[in-house]
Amino acid sequence: MIKKCVQRTYLFLIVLFLYAPIVTLMVLSFNNSRTSVKWGGFSLKWYRELFDNKTILAALGNTLLIAVLSAFFATLLGTSAAIAIHHMKKRRQSICMSIVNIPMLNAEIVTGIAFMLLFITVGNLLSIVGIHFEMGFGTVLIGHITFNLPYVVLSVMPKLKQLNLSMYEAALDLGAGERQAFFRIVLPDIMPGVLSGFLLSFTMSLDDFVITHFVKGLGADTLSTLIYSELRKGIKPEMYALSTILFLAVFLVLVFVNLRPRELPAGDKRH
Amino acid sequence: MYRKSLSYPYLMWAAAFILIPLLFIVYYGLTDRSGAFTLANLAAIATAEHSKALFLSLGLSLLSTAICLLLAYPLALILSGSKLGKSGFIIFLFILPMWMNFLLRTLAWVVLLDTNGVLDTLLKSLGLPRIKIINTPAAIVFGMVYDFLPFMILPIYNVISRIDVNVINAARDLGANSFQTLYKVVFPLSLPGVISGITMVFVPSLTTFVISTLLGGGKILLIGNVIEQEFMKGTSWHVGSGLSLVLMLFIIVSMILSSKYDNGEGNVL
Amino acid sequence: MSNRLIDLQHITKIYDGHKVLDDMNLYFNENKFLTLLGPSGCGKTTTLRILGGFETPDEGQVIFNGEDITSLPPNKRQLNTVFQKYALFTHMNIAENIAFGLKISGKSKAYIDDKIKYALKLVNLDGYEKRMPESLSGGQQQRIAIARAIVNEPKVLLLDEPLGALDLKLRQEMQYELIRMKNELGITFIYVTHDQEEALTMSDTIVVMNQGYIQQIGTPEDIYNEPTNAFVADFIGDSNIFPGTMLEDKVVELFGVVFPCVDTGFGRNRPVDVVIRPEDVELGAPGKGAVDGVVSHLIFKGVHYEMEVTACGREWLVQSTKMHPVGEPVSIHVDPFNIQIMNKPESEDEEAVVLDV
Repeated sequence: MIKKCVQRTYLFLIVLFLYAPIVTLMVLSFNNSRTSVKWGGFSLKWYRELFDNKTILAALGNTLLIAVLSAFFATLLGTSAAIAIHHMKKRRQSICMSIVNIPMLNAEIVTGIAFMLLFITVGNLLSIVGIHFEMGFGTVLIGHITFNLPYVVLSVMPKLKQLNLSMYEAALDLGAGERQAFFRIVLPDIMPGVLSGFLLSFTMSLDDFVITHFVKGLGADTLSTLIYSELRKGIKPEMYALSTILFLAVFLVLVFVNLRPRELPAGDKRH
Repeated sequence: MYRKSLSYPYLMWAAAFILIPLLFIVYYGLTDRSGAFTLANLAAIATAEHSKALFLSLGLSLLSTAICLLLAYPLALILSGSKLGKSGFIIFLFILPMWMNFLLRTLAWVVLLDTNGVLDTLLKSLGLPRIKIINTPAAIVFGMVYDFLPFMILPIYNVISRIDVNVINAARDLGANSFQTLYKVVFPLSLPGVISGITMVFVPSLTTFVISTLLGGGKILLIGNVIEQEFMKGTSWHVGSGLSLVLMLFIIVSMILSSKYDNGEGNVL
Repeated sequence: MSNRLIDLQHITKIYDGHKVLDDMNLYFNENKFLTLLGPSGCGKTTTLRILGGFETPDEGQVIFNGEDITSLPPNKRQLNTVFQKYALFTHMNIAENIAFGLKISGKSKAYIDDKIKYALKLVNLDGYEKRMPESLSGGQQQRIAIARAIVNEPKVLLLDEPLGALDLKLRQEMQYELIRMKNELGITFIYVTHDQEEALTMSDTIVVMNQGYIQQIGTPEDIYNEPTNAFVADFIGDSNIFPGTMLEDKVVELFGVVFPCVDTGFGRNRPVDVVIRPEDVELGAPGKGAVDGVVSHLIFKGVHYEMEVTACGREWLVQSTKMHPVGEPVSIHVDPFNIQIMNKPESEDEEAVVLDV
C-alpha cells in the first residue's frame, strides 16, 4: 500500500511538472494585467482582443492550413511508402527505413538549414532562367510534409505487420480484384495506424518552430514564428488566450476520440 | 497489393527533400566562398568561442539526458505495472502538452521560475531558500528536461510493457528479489528502449537554440545558437554548415549506437 | 497425513467478482506426478499460480512442509515453475539462463558449471551452453526452461501446460521424457493441462477441476473407469451419457429398457446419469442383445472403427475393431460391469469433493 502511494505521488509529480506551464498559461490568459507576473483580476479582455488581432489570426490560419495539408500529404505518401516498404526484401527494407528515420532522428536545426540551403539555391538557379521563387508558404509546407513522413510510416508499419495476409488472399479468393481487396480489406484494417499517423503529423506540424523558422522566408508566419519574433517586445496576452482555446479544443476532441474504443499505435500490445 | 510503383513518390520525395538538402550542407561545409575545397569550416569549431559553445552544449545535454533517464525509468516501470497503460491513456497524457505551443509552454517556465515569479514567491512565503536559476545554464537544463522528457518516457514504457510478465515471474521464481529482477532481467531487456530514449533526448538537447534563447536570457550561447546566427544573422553559411557537419558527427554516432540496439521495439510509436 | 508436502486449505480466489476457486481443499504428497486437469477457466492455472506465489488467495492457507507460505513471495519458495511459453531470458545464453537461480543464491562457479552440465544432460541438450534462446526450437526451449528450474533442486516442480505449444509428435516424446526426469529427480511434479490424454499418460494422480471446484481426484484408471459424475465422464475420453432411472440396487432403466448393473446405494426410482464408454458397447445380431438399432454412421479411426447406432431414439457411440456397415440392423449389449451410474448434479455449482490421494 505504501508502495502504491509512493508510485501515485511520483506519477502525480511528473504530471504536475508537465502540466504546470500549461495551467500557468491558461491562468495568464484571464489575467487583467498586462505583465505576466502580477495578477490583475479575472478578465476576458484578451479573448476579445484576440479576435481583433489580424496578425495573430493570420498566423493561426497559416498554422492550421499547413498542419492539415502537411498531415494529409504526409499520410498519403507515408502510407503508400509503408505498404511498399513492408513488401520489400530485408536489405532494401532496412535501407529505406533508415532514410525514413532521418528527419526524425536528425537535429531539427540541421534539417532546417539543409532546407534553407536547398530552397535558396533553387531560387538562385530559377532566377537565372527568369523564374521568381522565394521561400514562403510552399516551402514551409514541403518542410512539414518531410518531417511528418516518419511519423506516418512508423504508425502504419506495425499495423501492416499485424495484418493477416490470408485475409487479403481470402478477399482475392472470393472474387475481389486487387484494388477492391485493398480498399475493402487491407485499408480498413490498417486504418487506426493511418489515422494516428495523421493525428501525430498534425500535432508535430502544429508544434514545430525550428524548421519553419529556417524555411518561412519573409512571409508565412505561423504562430510559433510569430511568438519568436515577439520575444523581445514581450508576448501579447492574446497569444495566451489563443493557446488556451486551441488546447481545450484539442483536449475535447482527443477525449472524444479516446472514449471510443480504438488502438493507438503506441498502445500496441503483443497478442 | 504489392506494387513497386507505390514506393516511387516517396523515394523521389526522400531524394529531393531529405538526401539532397543534406548534400548541400556537406557541400557548403567543405567549400569556401569561391567554391574551393577547404577544411577551414570544420576547423572553425576549434576557435575559443565555438568550442566553448560545443562543450557547454555537450555538458548540458548529457546532464539533461541523464536527468530524463532517471526520472523516466521509474515512471515507465510504474506505468507499465498499472492499468492506466492499457488504453492508450499514457500516450494521451504525454502527447497532450504538445498541443500547447512549444515556445509558449517553455516560456511559461520563465513566469514560474523568475525572481519574484510564482515558485519564488511560494518559496519565500514558506520561508524556504529561494531559487535563482532563470538565465543560468541550470534553467536551460530544466527546459531541456521539460521539453524532451516524454521522448524518454514513451520508448522505455513501450519496451517494458511488452516484456512477457512470465519472464519476470520466472526470475522471481528462480529466487531473485524485486531488485535483482529489475537489474538482471527487466533492465537488460529494456535496453533498446533506453537507448532509443537517450538518442531522442540527447540529439535535440545538443542541437537546440530555442531553449537557450528562451530560458538563458540570450546570454548563454550553445552550439545551436552559434549555427543559427551564422545562418540567420548572415555571418557565413559555409562556417555554419561546417559546424553543422561537426554536430552531425555526434548525431551519427548516437544514431549508430541506437541502431545497434534497435530492432523496431524502441520506437516512440 | 505425515507425508503431505503441500496442503491447500479452504482456498478461495476471486477475480472481478467471479469466484475462480471456491473453498478448495487439496494436498500433494512427495515424489508424485500430479496433474490438474480441466477445461480453460476451471481454476487449474490459478491453483498453480497460488502455489508458485504469483497470486495470493483471498481466503485460505497454503501449507508447505508444515509451514504457512501463503504470503511468501515466489523467490522465497522452494518450488520452481516451468512457464507455458518457456519465459526464457532472451538476453542471456543458455548457460546463463540455467545459472540464473544458482547465481542468485550465491553458489560457487564450479558448482554452477557442474549443475549446468548435469541439467543439459538430463534434458538431452549437451553442448548448448553458448547458444541463445531464440536460436532454439520450441521443444528445445521447453527443455531449457525445465533445466533452468530443476538445477535449483526444488522440492516441487510446477509445470503450466508446458507442452501446449509443441506439435503432436514432440508432445508425445516429451511426455515420456517428463516421466523419466521425474523419476530421476525424485521430486513432485505438479502439472497443469487441459489435455486428458497427457494427463492419463503421465500422472500418478489426476485432479479433475471445473468452474473452480474439484470434481474428482484419483489415479488415471479410477478417473477413466469410475468417473464420479457426468462432467468427468464427458471430459475424460468419449462417453455415452444418458438419463436413466435407478429402479433398485443393481437395476437401472434406460429408455424403458431394464439393464442390470453393479452399482448400489442410490435408493429406489432415483433419476441418475448413466455413462457407457463407447468401447464397452458390444454389437451383435439383431434380437441377441438388450436393444436393437441400426448403424447410422461409420468412420475408420486406425486402431478401431467408430460407429453411431440409432437405438431407442438416441445415438449410441460405439468403438469396435469389427466393422458394421451403415444401415445394418444390430443389437446392443452392455456388460453390467461397464455401466456407470452417477448422481445428477444437484445444482450448477457442484460440490467440491475431497478424496484421499
